[in-house]
Amino acid sequence: MKSAVLVFPGINRERDMARTLKLVSGSEPAMVWHAESTLPAGTDLVVIPGGFSYGDYLRCGAIAARAPVMNAVRDFAAKGGLVLAVCNGFQIACEAGLLPGVLMRNAQLKFICRDIFLKVERSDTPFTRGYNAGQVIRVPTAHGEGNYTADSETIARLEGEGRVIFRYVAPDGTRNPDFNFNGSSNAIAGIVNEQGNVLGMMPHPENHVESVIGVTDGRGLFAGLTEALARAA
Amino acid sequence: MKARVTVTLKTGILDPQGKAIEGALRSLGVAGVASVRQGKVFDIEIDGGDRAQAEAALKQAADRLLANTVIENYRVEVLG
Repeated sequence: MKSAVLVFPGINRERDMARTLKLVSGSEPAMVWHAESTLPAGTDLVVIPGGFSYGDYLRCGAIAARAPVMNAVRDFAAKGGLVLAVCNGFQIACEAGLLPGVLMRNAQLKFICRDIFLKVERSDTPFTRGYNAGQVIRVPTAHGEGNYTADSETIARLEGEGRVIFRYVAPDGTRNPDFNFNGSSNAIAGIVNEQGNVLGMMPHPENHVESVIGVTDGRGLFAGLTEALARAA
Repeated sequence: MKARVTVTLKTGILDPQGKAIEGALRSLGVAGVASVRQGKVFDIEIDGGDRAQAEAALKQAADRLLANTVIENYRVEVLG
């Protein structure tokens, strides 16, 4: 795996992400500053990490989405390169037009920082091959603006094309409005683009990969990605 | 030239901040408030005196950055 983690002013989860990528894949990611206009040669995975790029000024992710490096990411994604966008990264990917929709203020207006449960809707993607379809995983979340919204046509398309990859559920895997803590349409927690090579998700799988933390449910995502890239190479 | 871009949420988009402000106005006893929608105002100084050119630039600014047209509408005014 030759991954690149993007760094924007105000991002604060890039080191967690880099640590996890190194730990699970065995190779050190390149840290790529937002002002760069190219990605390192041979990059096979771009990660847009979480944090508060530009202090969430204007709209979450809006300014970072217009950074020079994002043109390179758009080209990379158009050629089929894998992009993982987590939390603020998901907001940036939506603002950059890599993914449809928008992440609004949480329905209860609260910043929510705790473990939540996700249902893995599909296991036949490079991001989720480390899981079984229907599996419930426990991962942390930390955001104030994760309320996924799009026009009803877009939501219907995402559902119809099987592009909802993660959904907020109760621990037993059932849909329950009480567990859709941020009010997202259809309890959507993560989606892929039309080509299936860009994944955006609000929760932080990179923070649940080591047994010392107590939960390792996030590991499958990175182990699966490592395997998918090794096969493709 | 002075100009103003006003960005508002599209109809039908849930506005939890507007709702919270609406509730606060009620608890203050401000009478007659039926509903509140929150938006943004950008006051922009434009170089040069060409009105049409200024409007075109502001429209581009709004489309490309100031508004997210998935959820927001905008209005451009060149105030002169």
